[in-house]
Amino acid sequence: MSIDWAALGQVFGVTLVVTVGIVGLFTLGIVGTSRKPHQEGEAVAAAGPGGAARAGAYACFALCAAAVAYGIYLIVAA
Amino acid sequence: MEHITLLIGIVIVTALVFDFTNGFHDTANAMATTISTGALKPKAAVAMSAALNLLGAFLSVEVAKTISGGIIDETAGIRPEVIFAGLVGAIVWNLVTWLAGLPSSSSHALFGGLIGATLVSVGTNGVHGDAVVMKVLIPAVAAPIVAGLASMAATRLTYRLARDRAEEDTAKGYRAGQIASAALVSLAHGTNDAQKTMGVITLALITGGVVAPHADPPLWVIASAGLAIALGTYLGGWRIIRTMGKGITDIQPPQGFAAQTGAAATILASSHLGFALSTTQVCSGSVMGSGLGRKGGVVRWSTAGRMAAAWVLTLPAAGLVAAGAALLADQGDWGIAAVAVLALAVCGVIWMLSRRKPVDHSNVNEGPAAEPAGVVTAALQAVAPPPAGPVATEPATAPAIPAPAMAEARLTDPVGAAPVIADPVTADPVAAHPHGTHGTHEKHGTKRRAKAGSAAG
Repeated sequence: MSIDWAALGQVFGVTLVVTVGIVGLFTLGIVGTSRKPHQEGEAVAAAGPGGAARAGAYACFALCAAAVAYGIYLIVAA
Repeated sequence: MEHITLLIGIVIVTALVFDFTNGFHDTANAMATTISTGALKPKAAVAMSAALNLLGAFLSVEVAKTISGGIIDETAGIRPEVIFAGLVGAIVWNLVTWLAGLPSSSSHALFGGLIGATLVSVGTNGVHGDAVVMKVLIPAVAAPIVAGLASMAATRLTYRLARDRAEEDTAKGYRAGQIASAALVSLAHGTNDAQKTMGVITLALITGGVVAPHADPPLWVIASAGLAIALGTYLGGWRIIRTMGKGITDIQPPQGFAAQTGAAATILASSHLGFALSTTQVCSGSVMGSGLGRKGGVVRWSTAGRMAAAWVLTLPAAGLVAAGAALLADQGDWGIAAVAVLALAVCGVIWMLSRRKPVDHSNVNEGPAAEPAGVVTAALQAVAPPPAGPVATEPATAPAIPAPAMAEARLTDPVGAAPVIADPVTADPVAAHPHGTHGTHEKHGTKRRAKAGSAAG
């Protein structure tokens, strides 16, 4: 009986990298599109994100969408 | 089709029933956290999952050539009776775990049932022991660890990255992401699990000489398997959804997103790299991981322990039931009839028991069933006081947390908020917890009312 440690390790590695990567990207997207933190006692209303931040955030979301598309491809092709 | 004997007909019907239980047993995998974070309304969540399961059944062209992935030797004289007995074992175990609200692997139940029936009818040479270890035992240990660690890391990361953002700003994004991940899980589930049933039916048709060996499943087989799993999913295993969405830990949108993404990544990575992990165990593991990843998050280990016990028991229990069924079915026609009648009776009894304390879409989010779990957690906390810091205040209010969290989640939806909040307060029957929980209950109620008041004001 041989346990396929290589396959198990591979699954673990890929899962960890993909999960953390996608969640990280998506979170950056959320951070980029949400309002800046609102300081206590500050009179100004919370500012919206700048153009660059917004563009970066959309790039993050696009990468996540690509990952989902690849996931669907894996399901269909499996 | 005119050559389908009564026995093969029975096997097909039984396989579809198994498929149905598989569907409602596994709705929780994709949708439990989606429902508990409020990303989707319960009904909408199960409808989406059902549609994707149905779609998934049609997506893959790869035929499930071996129903058991090489665990049993399908050439060693497997007859329709054996398949029938195995299916009965799997169905009964699925229903028992559903009644207990425990997520357990439907695939393992099917494997267990087939192994048990094969052992009795064919003997030990019909079962590949190595394959059992490789395909069942090791994945069962690995799945929650792999998915759990990935989700825990992802949860930590997402809370860190978004730490200076207001919760109400990010919740919408997290929910959208979570829905996408949940959709992937549903799709993958439909492809994998509906295929299993198709494989079973096709095998039965082959043994009966209705279709040629190695033939593709006929379209009606694909359609009926897809429909059965989708119907099961739509009816929703609300008990299991409640355990996974509320019972293991209290899930907030970032955690739900991290858990669901971790689950989707694990399932796709594992099936693509040829080390198939059980969907159920992956999803349970990732929910636990997300519970551990949040600061102040509490994993209810008593619930997790009961789940682990169910996982350990799945294979032998389904096997035992199936072995008994196989023993009876081997006696001839009357034996098969007896198995069918007994199986129906057991299903009926379980269904009646479930009606005593029904769980459905209206009360699925009402926190963990506060019965024995509460007692056990209380005892655990009394024995081992948790570390200082923010966690220290947690145990006392632990049972009360789900409610305000829920209320907050629902408050983002101003129209729906009032009735939803009013509902649990009145619908929380003190009678359901006759002893000792009055204190927490009152706290519960007032907290909720306070929330509702502040929201209205």
